[in-house]
Amino acid sequence: MARYEIFVTYKTGIFDPPGATAERALANLGHEGVESVRIGKYIQLAGDVSFEAVTEMCEKLLANPVIEDFRIETVEE
Amino acid sequence: MRFGVVVFPGSNCEQDVVGACRYLGLEAEYVWHGDTSLDGFDAIVLPGGFSYGDYIRCGAVARFSPVMNEVVRFAERGGPVLGICNGFQILTEAHLLPGALLRNRGLKFICRRVPLRVDGSCDWLDLPLGTVLEVPINHNEGNYTCDAATLERLNANGQVVLRYCEPDGSSAEDGSAPNGALDDIAGICNERGNVFGLMPHPERVVDPLSGGTDGQPFLTTVVRKLAEVAG
Repeated sequence: MARYEIFVTYKTGIFDPPGATAERALANLGHEGVESVRIGKYIQLAGDVSFEAVTEMCEKLLANPVIEDFRIETVEE
Repeated sequence: MRFGVVVFPGSNCEQDVVGACRYLGLEAEYVWHGDTSLDGFDAIVLPGGFSYGDYIRCGAVARFSPVMNEVVRFAERGGPVLGICNGFQILTEAHLLPGALLRNRGLKFICRRVPLRVDGSCDWLDLPLGTVLEVPINHNEGNYTCDAATLERLNANGQVVLRYCEPDGSSAEDGSAPNGALDDIAGICNERGNVFGLMPHPERVVDPLSGGTDGQPFLTTVVRKLAEVAG
């Protein structure tokens, strides 16, 4: 059984409301060095599926290519 | 002339749409999301709600409901399709309309009446440009976005049918969209004008009892247009 980790993030230039809010909240907490916060999704996926199949899952359902990028890492082949 | 109102698991505005149609004397029936035929329907409405609990992304799972294959085919044949709120989100996920709907800029669920300006026309709405309507919004993810090339195309083709505006119909310099939507976009149609998606809920302002009638043209226009086509 293969195990994958998938990271889904907003594309550059897409405004990320939760990220922007976290950014302001961190500044309010006194963390003045924070320049950018982007919040995304982390997905753990396991099964008898190939990397290509997981890529297709991301393109069709797990991410929306219109607004999001995704990165798949193979944890276990 | 019969409206089909699709019910997904988690839809919660289908009764409002069917009720609004019937109030106007129009025939409307529910269509289950598992159905694989739209035979007998002349116009399709994807109603508001929280299909599949909004999991993954709003509309992302509903897009793969069996009935959506038929909705796509219906739209490709030129059949009129309207997506309201979650229905709009489903239409973007299904790529029947460009762009996507992000979380509201202020991270707040917004539920109130807003002024909208008519900036274009489609099979579902054909009012004089500049007309101001007051229609309620009720959403957490209504912050429309698309890339620069798509926005240019939408504007060039007159596909931006509705924009959020000030009560007098003007646009505020820093934007009039309560949710942060790009270019104040509240509703867009496809190039052909038969597929229309909007975040506001016109079905809630059809009966004066609920405080307005500005939503009536959204349902009556398509009836008139279909009758014209049928000659």
